[in-house]
Amino acid sequence: MSIDLIESILFATIIAGTPLIIVALGQLIAEKSGVLNLGAEGMMAMGAIAGFAVTFHTGNPWLGVLAGMVAGALMSLLFAIVVLTLMGNQVASGLALSIFGVGLSAFVGKPYESEILETVGTLPIPLLADLPIIGGPIFNQQPLVYLSWAILAGVAWFLYKSRPGLLLRAVGESPSSAHSIGYPVIRIRYMATLFGGAMAGIGGSFLSVFYTPLWVEGMVAGRGWIAIALVVFATWRPFRVMVGAYLFGGVMVAQLFVQGSGLEINIPSQFLSSLPYLATIIVLVIISRDQNTVRLNAPVSLGQPYRPDA
Amino acid sequence: MLRLEARAEPSQLMSYASPLLAIVLMLIGGLILFSALGKDPVEGFRIFFISPLSDIYGVSELFLKATPLMLVAIGLAVGFRANVWNIGAEGQYIMGGVAASAVALYFYESEGPHVLFLMVLAGSVGGMLWASVPAFLKTRFNTNEILVSLMLVYVAQLAVSWLVHGPMMDPDGFNFPQSRMFEESALLPMLVEGTRLNAAFLFALSALVVGYVFMYRSFFGFQMQVAGNAKDAARYAGFSAKRMVWIGLLSGGGMAGIAGMSEVAGPMGQITEHVSNNYGFAGIIVAFVARLNPVGIFFASLLMALLYLGGEQAQQYMNLPSSISNVFQGMLLMFLLGSDVFINYRLAWKRG
Amino acid sequence: MISILVELSAGVSSSEADRDESVQQKPDEPVSSAPIKKPVVGASGAGSKNEIRLELNGITKIYPSVIANQDVSLKVRRGEIHAVLGENGAGKSTLMKMIYGVTKPDAGEMKWQGETLQVENPAHARNLGIGMVFQHFSLFETLTVVENVALALPGNPDLKQLADQITEVSNKYGLPVDPQRLVHALSVGERQRVEIIRCLLQSPKLLIMDEPTSVLTPQAVRKLFDTLRQLADEGCSILYISHKLDEIQELCHVATVLRNGRVTGDCIPSEETPHSMASLMIGKDLPVCQHEAPAELGDVRLRLNGLTVESDDPFGTSLQNIDLEISSGEIFGIAGVSGNGQQELLYALSGEEPLKENEAIVICGKAAGKKMPDARRVLGMGFVPEERLGRGAVPQMSLAENVLLTAHAGGMLNKGMIQVKVMNQFAKRCIEKFNVKCGGENSAANSLSGGNLQKFIMGREILQTPKLLIAAQPTWGVDVGAAAFIRQELIDLRNEGTAILVISEELEELFEISDRIAVIANGKLSPSKNLADTNIDEIGVWMSGMWPGAENSEGQANA
Repeated sequence: MSIDLIESILFATIIAGTPLIIVALGQLIAEKSGVLNLGAEGMMAMGAIAGFAVTFHTGNPWLGVLAGMVAGALMSLLFAIVVLTLMGNQVASGLALSIFGVGLSAFVGKPYESEILETVGTLPIPLLADLPIIGGPIFNQQPLVYLSWAILAGVAWFLYKSRPGLLLRAVGESPSSAHSIGYPVIRIRYMATLFGGAMAGIGGSFLSVFYTPLWVEGMVAGRGWIAIALVVFATWRPFRVMVGAYLFGGVMVAQLFVQGSGLEINIPSQFLSSLPYLATIIVLVIISRDQNTVRLNAPVSLGQPYRPDA
Repeated sequence: MLRLEARAEPSQLMSYASPLLAIVLMLIGGLILFSALGKDPVEGFRIFFISPLSDIYGVSELFLKATPLMLVAIGLAVGFRANVWNIGAEGQYIMGGVAASAVALYFYESEGPHVLFLMVLAGSVGGMLWASVPAFLKTRFNTNEILVSLMLVYVAQLAVSWLVHGPMMDPDGFNFPQSRMFEESALLPMLVEGTRLNAAFLFALSALVVGYVFMYRSFFGFQMQVAGNAKDAARYAGFSAKRMVWIGLLSGGGMAGIAGMSEVAGPMGQITEHVSNNYGFAGIIVAFVARLNPVGIFFASLLMALLYLGGEQAQQYMNLPSSISNVFQGMLLMFLLGSDVFINYRLAWKRG
Repeated sequence: MISILVELSAGVSSSEADRDESVQQKPDEPVSSAPIKKPVVGASGAGSKNEIRLELNGITKIYPSVIANQDVSLKVRRGEIHAVLGENGAGKSTLMKMIYGVTKPDAGEMKWQGETLQVENPAHARNLGIGMVFQHFSLFETLTVVENVALALPGNPDLKQLADQITEVSNKYGLPVDPQRLVHALSVGERQRVEIIRCLLQSPKLLIMDEPTSVLTPQAVRKLFDTLRQLADEGCSILYISHKLDEIQELCHVATVLRNGRVTGDCIPSEETPHSMASLMIGKDLPVCQHEAPAELGDVRLRLNGLTVESDDPFGTSLQNIDLEISSGEIFGIAGVSGNGQQELLYALSGEEPLKENEAIVICGKAAGKKMPDARRVLGMGFVPEERLGRGAVPQMSLAENVLLTAHAGGMLNKGMIQVKVMNQFAKRCIEKFNVKCGGENSAANSLSGGNLQKFIMGREILQTPKLLIAAQPTWGVDVGAAAFIRQELIDLRNEGTAILVISEELEELFEISDRIAVIANGKLSPSKNLADTNIDEIGVWMSGMWPGAENSEGQANA
């Protein structure tokens, strides 16, 4: 394998993993507060179409990302109202959001199906970008990759070094205790959920504006669900989310590995495409076996509705 | 200000009324949607909801589309009652269709009732096998069945894509990704001349009856309901949680598989990449809107089928993409989940 | 007045004058960056000895299904330990929630230090100087003690300094606790200390204690009382919620009695007799059980052979080598402070957590360790769990359907189909015989009061004529009338030859009905003693793990 091939595989891996990092971190914050939002796929889809459409009409990809973020947040707001204020079942509502979001995005996106956007170039960091092998993949990357690292650092600091983060963890651990002490549980959960939606929206818009600058129905292809699984795999710890996301990114670009290895095996493309999904299943099985770690890290109230006293 | 106040006990009335409320809200949402798209809302309403039912053929199409939805929904309802979340019905549907097609293609030259019989068997086994993966992983490793069954949907879609591009492709088909058209012996008998309504409809109705008896009258059904309502109580009573996971997932998988078979042995007559029209997911919505009740499933399936037909009409006459059906379906479900709050709570004016 | 002076580097320490003046301002958000106030416990500033701190007039709170409080009035003075006495369901907890701002009254007024006001929320209450120690603690298990305390304080306190403050307060009041430990690793008694210290750090003028002694050994109760008396001497007022007459007589200066949400009287406990206080509390004498000496013991119904269970819950207790024999015609009681293995023992006994070793549990002569609960019922076991809704009964299902949960072997199933008539009949019989107040056999389980549901569950098990009955916390949270009924039923059942095992955290209950008694501590079972040969104090000591023959290298049990 040539150096060039290694570099491009690394590059592709990091890019492929980036939307997963962003979406999963958003999920993580929401889940840490006790809210399980299975609507990630739908939120990402809406983020993708919003991002594409706005970029198409304004020519500015950054406005597109912003639009994606807003779209994701609005979708999560719908979910939050049903689940936090109207106390609906979190699992069912999340599924509903996914179905609705994917459907709505397909509907809204129909007119854009044959359009293409201009590719956005990478943003090299001076000096570091010239390092051998890793310079390109890490320091000469799409701007949103850098953003994903910033979000990661921010989330980690927030959760473990800040007072509001402590509060968030407390709410997820025991909303009734937090309520007894006087904290606004529902409001905190709203904010965490909206953050999750915003991140999902950014992740979705990354796909349609930067990754493959076009719009196709179903282009999110399960990444929202994989991001949810990623949070479980990382046992709700931010840095592990990054590790897992790049692992998945690698699996997603498996085709490059196969071509580069020079093997003459004729592996059907569908099989390679199915690897991320199979990998998700395997990863979930591995992590579920360790009940102890799950118990110590999973927010206790995850998925339970919180009913405040009259 | 207006607050939600807990009721002393759940309102029976609202249990029935909340799906109706959701439907009304969906209709209102639809009218707003049509207006927002620059179409006359009343005309849109007529084309979407009324015109599909304007003749016998239309009504038969309604029942035809409702059939796989009923099958999927009753199978899922058994599991949902026990909190076994089979979200991968779409994948099980596809694999059921694949298995049935394999039989049909294998027996391509044969005649006789055994072909159809084997196809039904293959369809249900195919769906059940696909559902047994999340069941096994859940009972053995405590892995979340929602994510596993969902991942398998994507795998199933890729599998059928590979099959119709390869092993199952019609050798005389000019390289189109589809199988041969099935012979007579591999197609379901018609119920009404001049329509596409086939025997699967009767099968679906009997599945509803069997489902009713199982869920409401049998001890097994009781055990599953307990498990869904209070899993510690099920444990206390000694009801086997593992058994319920298996039953819940296999019933969904088996029914979805038969639904898949009814599509390839019915209106489609072959297998292609588009074997599923999202029926697996629509079936989930039907189950919810029907409150997991077989009678409700009958009506909700008809409603959902109408939404599909309406989408097709809208595409033809209003120049709207057919995915508008999905928008309606999603709206319906979200409104339902929201209206459910009124079963346990009511609106009241509270001071400060 | 004695005050604690604790060093603080950050922030301005505001004087008590700020606290005592008008409290009409809107409460701060808990996460505001208000300067850390110097905690000055006990220094309650100026004010006469008999100044009224808290006054409630005509407080009323109505929920959809029940009137929790009706027209309640009381006065609490400075330095006074004021009991709020009433049985379960009398409305005590709801009243406290309103004082602490967790909920708001529908009518009536509250005066704090002479000013009429409404407590908006718990942060406001804390600002006013009201602290509350909850019955079911409001702590976060995966956080440390310091972090837990920090969450209850306004602003963003420095954790290191807070840890020092915690140590000072804990030493001063005899409440030892390690600030850096994770709460899930603490015993129940230690968690209560954290709750109390959390309140003390905000220099409360009023401390509300909600049923504090239900999780303590008798010795720990004595220590708690010393702490409370020390606080009262320093001028802090204490509202002490309880239904235990003897404790109130020992500790409290004044008592307000609640029954069915109303005040039935005020009294000075030291001047009352148990009889007079009981009349105020329930309108008649406390019922006493008929407990004659046991008849001849029959065959052994339950035998545990070296029962050992590794707990796979990181917060759980492992059972170690438990031996036990219970015969027909006796009631065996196991006492212990919560968290010493009772849960694990019950799961192992009922079959909800089957064992690998079949012989470790023998029911009526047959090895049963591996068997599931329904198989054990076939052998003759009945089981009443401590959780009623969600475990003993399915809340949303009717009483008739809940019968099916355990009694289905009694002719209610025919080829797997439910025989509705047989089921209904059983339910009706149960309701009648056990005096269950409800809307009939089709009423939902969650529409019954705690006491009535417990009677139903107990009745369901008893009507199956079990050879062995295991009951966990049989009268917890149950009103006095139903509690007496249940205890008598257990005694009657024993007289008819059933072997009964009762696991409870209430010593009085065990002493009322048991024939033999033992203690579980740290997952180990003490030797048993006939009731006549022991007393509450001795058992209290044993509850700390210190019985003759126990290896004390483990140290104290979770007390």
